[in-house]
Amino acid sequence: MTQISPIFKREFFGYFRSPVAYVFLVVFSVASIGLAFFVGGFFKANQATMQSYFTFYPWLFLFLIPAAGMRLWSEEKRTGTVELLFTLPITTLEAVLGKFLAAWAFLTLAILLSLPLAGTVAYLGSPDWGVIASTYFGGVLMAGSYLGVCSLTSALTKNQVISFVISVVACLALLFLGWSVFSEVLGSIFPVWLVDLLSNFSFITHFDAFTKGIIDPKDVVFFLSLMGFTLFLNVVALER
Amino acid sequence: MIEVKGLVKTYGPKRAVDGVSFRVNRGDILGFLGPNGAGKSTTMKMITGFLRPDSGTATVDGIDVTVDPVAVKGKLGYLPESAPAYPEMTVEEFLGFIAEVRGFRSATARGAQVDRAIGLTHLSPVRKQTIETLSKGFKQRVGFAQALLHDPGVLVLDEPTDGLDPNQKNEVRSLIKAMAVDKAVILSTHILEEVDAICNRVIIISRGKVVADETPASLHARKPGARLDEIFRTLTASDV
Ligand SMILES: Nc1ncnc2c1ncn2[C@@H]1O[C@H](COP(=O)(O)OP(=O)(O)O)[C@@H](O)[C@H]1O
Ligand SMILES: [Mg+2]
Repeated sequence: MTQISPIFKREFFGYFRSPVAYVFLVVFSVASIGLAFFVGGFFKANQATMQSYFTFYPWLFLFLIPAAGMRLWSEEKRTGTVELLFTLPITTLEAVLGKFLAAWAFLTLAILLSLPLAGTVAYLGSPDWGVIASTYFGGVLMAGSYLGVCSLTSALTKNQVISFVISVVACLALLFLGWSVFSEVLGSIFPVWLVDLLSNFSFITHFDAFTKGIIDPKDVVFFLSLMGFTLFLNVVALER
Repeated sequence: MIEVKGLVKTYGPKRAVDGVSFRVNRGDILGFLGPNGAGKSTTMKMITGFLRPDSGTATVDGIDVTVDPVAVKGKLGYLPESAPAYPEMTVEEFLGFIAEVRGFRSATARGAQVDRAIGLTHLSPVRKQTIETLSKGFKQRVGFAQALLHDPGVLVLDEPTDGLDPNQKNEVRSLIKAMAVDKAVILSTHILEEVDAICNRVIIISRGKVVADETPASLHARKPGARLDEIFRTLTASDV
């Protein structure tokens, strides 16, 4: 597992070798804060919380994380560097983890760039720091789960556009299961227990608790097992 | 030392490599010849552990690549066809990354290996340049530098002189010759003059099968007075 570190470093610092990383960070910040201000009514709510900022995370991630994750493996396949990487003395698992953790760290950085907003909230009122911290924690975990899905889909094709589209569709499915509007539709067709069961697989259902300040082990386990599962499939897909 | 026994690889209905066996000892430079599509690259990818053979084995210094791929990869230097490398990295950064994965963890050890490889391949003028800005000849040399960075006992080179101008070709050939004294080298090519220039053994493959395995001299002796490409054409006549 000592081989994870050089892979991680190359990938993580690799983001900053191209302008794409900076564009991504700017788009992420502008989009998340813009949604909070103009759609979420950040100031109108007149509350010292970041609720209106984080509400949109599951939807924002739906597009931004596939955008960040689509190149993870498809780029290596397209340029042929995958052959270089997998003839170095590393295991597939080490390569998958190294690249995944680097991308996750990059996304965490994007999320943490919103900290000045938390500062603003603190300046305007006295927010519940516990809730803010748990929401950040949940946001980072959810980002990892989205990323696991995207890393897997990008290992399936050398075409980044296809990788992006499949990622969005897969994430959308995981999102919709817990979206209240969709649940009502499902509820009119299927029995309640089935709808509840399905919504157990949704990002929204599990993220919600974090935004209320509750860190339920069940939700943490959900996100971690989704990551573990997708990364396992990722290894299988690459070794195929 | 490399020992290959009965390697087979099938793509769909097509048998790309069909029972290839041979042996390369230390001090040998084996020229691996064949028309395009004969199965040279596929054979090399199986020896280097990038592809898993359908059947047969390849061992390097007695280690079976299908049993312990990481150990074999540690012993090998491999230049894949068209010398893939991470385009956004500088030559120095890229070789530093390879050195780190190859186990040179301290900055001094890494620096020493990188300097040595850069010296051998005459890359000093471009060491701080990003790989995407390099000419074809320099890119090829970066691939070379990467392959011999850890001074491996076994070198596998897939078309090392492809796309180089005559001067660069000569330079690469003398480099291979100089290095091969205590190494086992396989190099694939479809340039026949290369065989006379550097190889002490030749294998010709056609449609996935070995059709000749001998010294360049005995290859010439097959049809005294004839040019090498005539002999080559006769041997690979079935491959059209
Ligand atoms: N990934 C692949 N999928 C399907 N066929 C392939 C693949 N790679 C190589 N082939 C086929 O296998 C044969 C051998 O290819 P290759 O080993 O690249 O030949 P060479 O290196 O001697 O030119 C060719 O007919 C090629 O089309
Ligand atoms: Mg080839």
